[in-house]
Amino acid sequence: MSIFKTVTTKPWERKGVIGGMRPEGAFDTESERVALSFFLVIATVVFSLFTISYYIRMELPDWQPLSEPAQLWFNTGLLVVSSILFQWARNIVTRGEQKNLHTALIGAGVFAILFIVGQLLTWQSLQSEGLYLSSNPANAFYYVMTGLHAVHLLGGLWVWSKSSIRLVSGSEAKDIKLSVELCTIYWHFLLLVWLVLFALLSNT
Amino acid sequence: MAYVPLADRDAEMEMHHPHSWVGKYVWSQDHKVIAIQYGSIAIFTGVVGLVLSLMFRMQLGFPDTTDFVDPNFYYQAITMHGMIMVVYFLTALFLGGFGNYLVPLMCGARDMVFPFLNMLSVWVFLVSVIILMASFFVGGGPTGAGWTLYPPQTAMEGTPGHDMGIILMLVSLAVFIVAFTMGGLNYVVTILQYRCRGMTMMRLPLSIWGIFVATVLGLFAFPALLVAAIMMLFDTLLGTSFFMPAVMEAGTALDHNGGSPILFQHLFWFFGHPEVYIVALPAFGLVSDVLSVHARKNIFGYRMMVWAIIAIGGLSFIVWAHHMYVSGMNPYFGFFFATTTLIIAVPTALKVYNWVLTLWEGDIRMNVPMYFAIGFIFTFIHGGLTGLFLGNVVIDLPLSDTYFVIAHFHMVMGVSPILVLFAAIYHWYPKATGRMYNEGLAKLHFWLTFLGAYAIYLPMHYLGFLGVPRRYYALGTTDFIPASAQDLNTAITIAALIVGASQILFFINIIGSLKWGKKADPNPWGAASLEWQTPDTPPAHGNWGDELPTVYRWAYDYSVPGAHQDFIPQNTPESEEPTVSDEHFDPDKDQSLADV
Repeated sequence: MSIFKTVTTKPWERKGVIGGMRPEGAFDTESERVALSFFLVIATVVFSLFTISYYIRMELPDWQPLSEPAQLWFNTGLLVVSSILFQWARNIVTRGEQKNLHTALIGAGVFAILFIVGQLLTWQSLQSEGLYLSSNPANAFYYVMTGLHAVHLLGGLWVWSKSSIRLVSGSEAKDIKLSVELCTIYWHFLLLVWLVLFALLSNT
Repeated sequence: MAYVPLADRDAEMEMHHPHSWVGKYVWSQDHKVIAIQYGSIAIFTGVVGLVLSLMFRMQLGFPDTTDFVDPNFYYQAITMHGMIMVVYFLTALFLGGFGNYLVPLMCGARDMVFPFLNMLSVWVFLVSVIILMASFFVGGGPTGAGWTLYPPQTAMEGTPGHDMGIILMLVSLAVFIVAFTMGGLNYVVTILQYRCRGMTMMRLPLSIWGIFVATVLGLFAFPALLVAAIMMLFDTLLGTSFFMPAVMEAGTALDHNGGSPILFQHLFWFFGHPEVYIVALPAFGLVSDVLSVHARKNIFGYRMMVWAIIAIGGLSFIVWAHHMYVSGMNPYFGFFFATTTLIIAVPTALKVYNWVLTLWEGDIRMNVPMYFAIGFIFTFIHGGLTGLFLGNVVIDLPLSDTYFVIAHFHMVMGVSPILVLFAAIYHWYPKATGRMYNEGLAKLHFWLTFLGAYAIYLPMHYLGFLGVPRRYYALGTTDFIPASAQDLNTAITIAALIVGASQILFFINIIGSLKWGKKADPNPWGAASLEWQTPDTPPAHGNWGDELPTVYRWAYDYSVPGAHQDFIPQNTPESEEPTVSDEHFDPDKDQSLADV
């Protein structure tokens, strides 16, 4: 919709039904998709504020950079695979097919779970090196930001588990199309967030 | 899934039809029941906030005569009063209460887009309130750090509630934000996607515009509070140093090192300032509708009103540091924020002019809601003008942390929104309950509240000019505060007690009228907007009976020349528009007809 056009109409001059059968100006798509878009903006705000806080905190004298474990590269790979599998599942449901859908959708979730497990193992290895949450501010940010990212992923996995259960219990591709599509968007978003976080954490 | 035209998806939307009492009134997914649940919880916490304020006013008016208000409790009371009123009362009542009630009705929808999420929102909100209230009962009591929760004193030994109190407060805020996000997504998507046929964005009543923009602000501003709350929780619970600097406490160094308290202030006010408008914008919207209906005139400058709401919403994100002029920030930074702050006065003033011009030559009916709405114009102009003082760095510095600030923000975001809330409750009460309230009692309630509010806050401006600092348990003796300041404080406390007690009239009226009130007409004020055109009063589950309404005009067709009623409902088609035929219409003779 053209926002400018919408807010400059003169409502007192126009009588009758405008825009035919549907209200003028609404997004031409499912409400769930609109809600997800809003949610993505909110999540972006949350992560941006953490990033800004990170930079501000970095300026202070007691900052000691953290050398991130190499294992993070491996975890990143897991999340990339998860995202790719979701895209594959999305392509399948968009075409209305059924073949390979189980593999793609279940695989996508499993790789996301593996990513979270990988993140936990990374936490563990940091702890074994004596780098605890309160040891220095860079560590604290590391734990909080990776933790928050994992929490977002868990929220996505909850939706994923619902559609997976439906798929396994015999639902057809078209029944879970919307939820697979939205999960895919959400996964790509979280991958992007992770890449930005990863770059931020390892370059500073 | 094939695309289904949005307006028609309503018709096929599966309504959830509960049959048991619990399903209808407890675990309800009906937006109207949820609105009343949200509203009741919010009003309950509001009463707690009010009682707290009367308790600390006792200490200020009659020092050391009340033994339950010791210094610790005093700080806890002012802290909880502030947080409860701003977040758990005003935000929840405007958006959770009125947002839920009015959005589907005014948009012509059967319910919210995601009714289950909506139900979840109110119960999660209740959990957040329970967590907040629990802090009164834990060891050490609630936090007494001031409602802004500035570190490091939130976590210091000398601050009451520095252990469990602050943790419960932060957890409660985080839970509240989750509840708000669930509700907020619902309001926004419902307004965008579930309007009925013919209801364009620019045909929406201003109430919906106010709620819409306020919700968007909330969705983008609350994350800042969430981020701040998470980091502060880590600081208090797990020993990190996001905000906590190296600090000595009673001779021993705490484990914290190097954190930035100013960072917290930035995050807090990045939420805190939009929060003012999260409360104010719905109030602006609701009061516009009340004024227009009871003045029997279309709202003056509808489009400007919408643009102003959007502009205020946008600008509210770039003014936050005017709360921090005394934090030691760069003066150029302060200059920038002073400028943006003064710019925001432009759209705000524009709205005030438009309200006054709506009244101009209107056929004003002095019904109860109109009393409160006009009262709001007074208090809002008053509070707005003192905002111009405080927005300027050089004037703010001496007035900072004095009673002048208290007076300013209570007038502008305490009294003003609450007058609108009363206006709105008295305005929509007949529709929501199907009963009328006692007008005399309501008018008495208005005069006591309105004049009482002035009796409380007008003298505070003067105390502020004297330099009386806010948040002090006792003033002690100083050279610059005359002894007579205490007399003023005593008078303020007496006024506050009277205003507090007069709210009992409101509750008697609202609750008593449910049983004894006259049966209300479906549209007692002759309003044109959609919520008054429902087939049932109060609206039944699903709102619109068998068929969704279709909208043919904007919400402000009042006193249209030639029309034989002085309002034309939004769902009246042009062909059925009741008009007096042109050749016979004589404005003088038919005036009485036009007034019906």
